[in-house]
Amino acid sequence: MQSIPKEKLQIIGIEDNGVEATSRPRVGYFQDAWRRLRQNKIATLALFLLLVIVVMVIIGPKLSGYAFEEVDKTVINQGPSAKHWFGTDKLGRDIFARVWVSGRVSLTIGVLGAFISAVLGCIYGGVAAYFGGIVDTIMMRIVEIMISVPYLIVVIVLSLVFDSKGMFTLILAMTITGWCGMARMVRAQMLSLKNEEFILAAQALGVKPWKIIVRHMIPNTLSTVIVSITFDIPGYIFSEAFLSYIGLGIQPPNTSWGAMASAAQAQFTFYPYQLFFPAFMIALTMLCFTLLGDGLRDALDPKLRK
Amino acid sequence: MLKYVLKRIGYMIVTLFAVATITFFLMRSIPGDPLASMARTLPEQTKANFYAKYGLDQPLFTQYLMYMKGLVQLDLGESILYPGRSVSGEIARTSPISGSVGGTALIIGTLIGVCLGIVAALKKNRWPDYIVMFIAILGATIPVFVLASLMQYIFAVKLGVTPASGWGKPEHMILPVIVMSFSSIATYARYIKSSMLDTLNQDYVLTARAKGLSEKKVIFRHVLRNSLLPAVTIFSSSVVGVFTGAFVTERMFSIPGIGYYYITSINNHDYTMVMGTTVFYAVLFIVMQFVVDFVYMVIDPRIRVASDK
Repeated sequence: MQSIPKEKLQIIGIEDNGVEATSRPRVGYFQDAWRRLRQNKIATLALFLLLVIVVMVIIGPKLSGYAFEEVDKTVINQGPSAKHWFGTDKLGRDIFARVWVSGRVSLTIGVLGAFISAVLGCIYGGVAAYFGGIVDTIMMRIVEIMISVPYLIVVIVLSLVFDSKGMFTLILAMTITGWCGMARMVRAQMLSLKNEEFILAAQALGVKPWKIIVRHMIPNTLSTVIVSITFDIPGYIFSEAFLSYIGLGIQPPNTSWGAMASAAQAQFTFYPYQLFFPAFMIALTMLCFTLLGDGLRDALDPKLRK
Repeated sequence: MLKYVLKRIGYMIVTLFAVATITFFLMRSIPGDPLASMARTLPEQTKANFYAKYGLDQPLFTQYLMYMKGLVQLDLGESILYPGRSVSGEIARTSPISGSVGGTALIIGTLIGVCLGIVAALKKNRWPDYIVMFIAILGATIPVFVLASLMQYIFAVKLGVTPASGWGKPEHMILPVIVMSFSSIATYARYIKSSMLDTLNQDYVLTARAKGLSEKKVIFRHVLRNSLLPAVTIFSSSVVGVFTGAFVTERMFSIPGIGYYYITSINNHDYTMVMGTTVFYAVLFIVMQFVVDFVYMVIDPRIRVASDK
């Protein structure tokens, strides 16, 4: 084979005249998702309403001029008026202030609960998927046993065991098995990603394993995790409401939407507005998170990218 | 297939054993004396007799063995609050009541939910679809106690057409069934809609249309049958939904069912009752899941083939 002299191997025709330069700034994954989310009117509205709720939960209790635990025997069970915007309950406490203080508890439980179980689930599912084999089988068998008991039953028994009266024991009772669903999902997502062609391509191109994990596995799992957190939050808010309703949740003088609804339910036929406000807030918050979750799922799914 | 069934039964027994064990140790670790809640100042000797009766004077492991032995013989012990009433007897007495309300709600809810889902899929992005999806989202977001209060207020207080609560006459079932079927309606409407839309895009539907079948035949012969199959898998979770929903509904409508007694036992710290009922719920759910998976395998040939491989 005859050797080619080095001077023959020169670029002769093509100049770097800027054809390949990008004319617009590069749109990253999350920028792209954010743009698509804003195009979705329902999801944007839900996000806006959630922001309003969060702001009101922070500043709301100060607006009415009444403390949420302030008892006033002279104004019990009054309907909404200029003085008490949402009325008063059977102890004469201002419902407007109480709704937003309750919101702090309910939202904290929802967000924190979903977040903690997401982190635990990601670690557990990730470890199971990474090691595979016998470790995976044992870990998933444990999860299956935990999932096979109805969730609310587990929470009831655990809140009895922890003697839950405060917010944090309640979160503990709810997250102790709450992460199982997330663990299953993360594992399934990781395993299916492992077999994707773009991972094979990256491996063929000689990309280092840790870079594949950081660059491909995590971002592709993250989107499903974010969507799942959004759907889990209303679930936690609902569980808290349920527990408080049956008397295992937040105890007086503290309050939550569920506890308020539970207290109001006893005299619902006479003072329906007392149930209306906490119930409306539960339903509105859950609705907003569900709609936002729907929007996020569409916005974050890379498969829908055109 | 036989191998698969045996394997599943084996797993089921292991799961049941684990659940029973965990429940036992959890209930024993609840702070406080199970007898303290009786709020009576008993003489020392009576107290000792009580402890001996419930086996609480034995070491923990002996108690566990006694409990497991009783469990195998379907003996779940005796209520602490109501001496003389056995837990399994109470469950046998109350669960048919829950079953009749919950079962009716489940059947009605599933039927309506499936119908609504079909309508929503066929009229996609037109007004029937929007109405159905609105109902579905409402069903998923309104807490059951709010819905129950609303129903009681409208139908019992304002209109006076149904009794607000109580048990014994057929009309007592109307409101609880409506309230409890709502969650099944919401779940199935959403699920069937997405499943139908998936099926409508399949090649065999295109083939059926291409060979000139009428739209009615395409929908009923090909689309509907294949869309209903996956709905079987969510049946076990909707059974549980009905049962946990029953905790609140039964209490609000004063139905003497198992959910009502469960919540009452929790509030009264009647731990043997709580433990027995928890195990009962867990067994019910685990067996339900097994049956649903088995039925799904029998009716869907694709799964059967995959499990034989």
